[in-house]
Amino acid sequence: MSSSSVLDLDHVVACRPTGRGPVRVVDDLTLSIDAGELVALMGPSGSGKTSVVHLACGLLPPSSGRVSLLGEPIIVGDGARWARARRRTIGVVHQRLDLLPGLSVLDNVALPRLLDRAPVASAHADARAALARVGVGDLAGASPAELSVGEQQRVAVARATVGPRRLVLADEATAALDTASAEMVVELLADLAAGGAAVLLATHDTRLASWADRIVYLCDGREAADPRTSLLPGSSR
Amino acid sequence: MMPVPDGLLVLLRDEPKYGYQLATDFTVRTAGRWALNTGQVYTTLDRLARDGFVVPDGTDDTGSRRRYRLTDAGRERADGWLAEAPAAAQARDDLVLRVLLTAAVDPTVAATVIEIQRRQLVSRLQELRRAQRAAGDDLVPRMAADAAATRVEADLHWLDLCDERLRASASTTSTNIATPTLDTADPAEEGRP
Repeated sequence: MSSSSVLDLDHVVACRPTGRGPVRVVDDLTLSIDAGELVALMGPSGSGKTSVVHLACGLLPPSSGRVSLLGEPIIVGDGARWARARRRTIGVVHQRLDLLPGLSVLDNVALPRLLDRAPVASAHADARAALARVGVGDLAGASPAELSVGEQQRVAVARATVGPRRLVLADEATAALDTASAEMVVELLADLAAGGAAVLLATHDTRLASWADRIVYLCDGREAADPRTSLLPGSSR
Repeated sequence: MMPVPDGLLVLLRDEPKYGYQLATDFTVRTAGRWALNTGQVYTTLDRLARDGFVVPDGTDDTGSRRRYRLTDAGRERADGWLAEAPAAAQARDDLVLRVLLTAAVDPTVAATVIEIQRRQLVSRLQELRRAQRAAGDDLVPRMAADAAATRVEADLHWLDLCDERLRASASTTSTNIATPTLDTADPAEEGRP
């Protein structure tokens, strides 16, 4: 664990219940993401990407090993304290935009802070900063219906990252978008990382993963072996 | 073949230029991705003058640097080059060869080769992404970086397709991968028993 690491997975094993008993979905995975770093988690479906994202935001408990956020172990089910910490520290970019039509762009983005009982002035200041970060600071007063799809995407990223988020998680967040829009969103995530956030991008798309500083290849819940080793003589195949 | 002579003719469309100017222009306008030295430029200009595409157009004060301008034939060649399609080299390139040479014989090795090459290309693309981000709104460097990146993306897309085809082929039948002969010009013939 380095001193600036935001998320740490230390020899983590995790299982999910199925009809035939629990299945191991993450298998002895060690992974750490520093502040200012965009890490892509690459792998086919079923390789464990979503489970890693769920471990990172406390939705899935590890069966062994440790998951830490800013050096503190994440304890699933630790009620209000952890829920509050998660809301303040972790931003999640979803596939769907889901902007609320009755609220202004500014209030949409400020909403997570308002739900967190931040004073309105401070929530709005955070929202303006988040909107400026994704290049749509001038749209604060507009209503979502007035925006183009591209502008709505930017606003959705702003909402997911409003306030002092230290960790941003995106699980196939761009799957529903066309290539150009998907790249724009990932470039915004790279900007967030450049601004100091730790960003985890789970994707099966190499073109999107290539925006990352570092790529972790997953296979069957663990880090995939370097494929070059299976071409060398004396390897298992 | 390197299209340097045609590129120099295009730069001379603007106005007559000295060789050292052309070398700088070429490098700057390709955002440093294609650097030419002055010696190389003068050698090429000599050949273009011999063939009637450019003519000397005076020297500078020292008398040592020659300036060149386009002839009508040179302008015609420059415009023709801008309009024509580049030579298709795709089917003979290195990446394609690595995959094709293994696919027909051993699909498992081919799948491994695809994964290896995919990772190589992704790490090259990561470098190009840094160039794209560094260029920001600076038009020419961004377009040059975009050009390099989209080509790597196209290769990645091709590898994904190969991967899918190998998987589909493995799941439908295990013995259907025919080794094509030189005579099977019609792709529809491939894979027939």
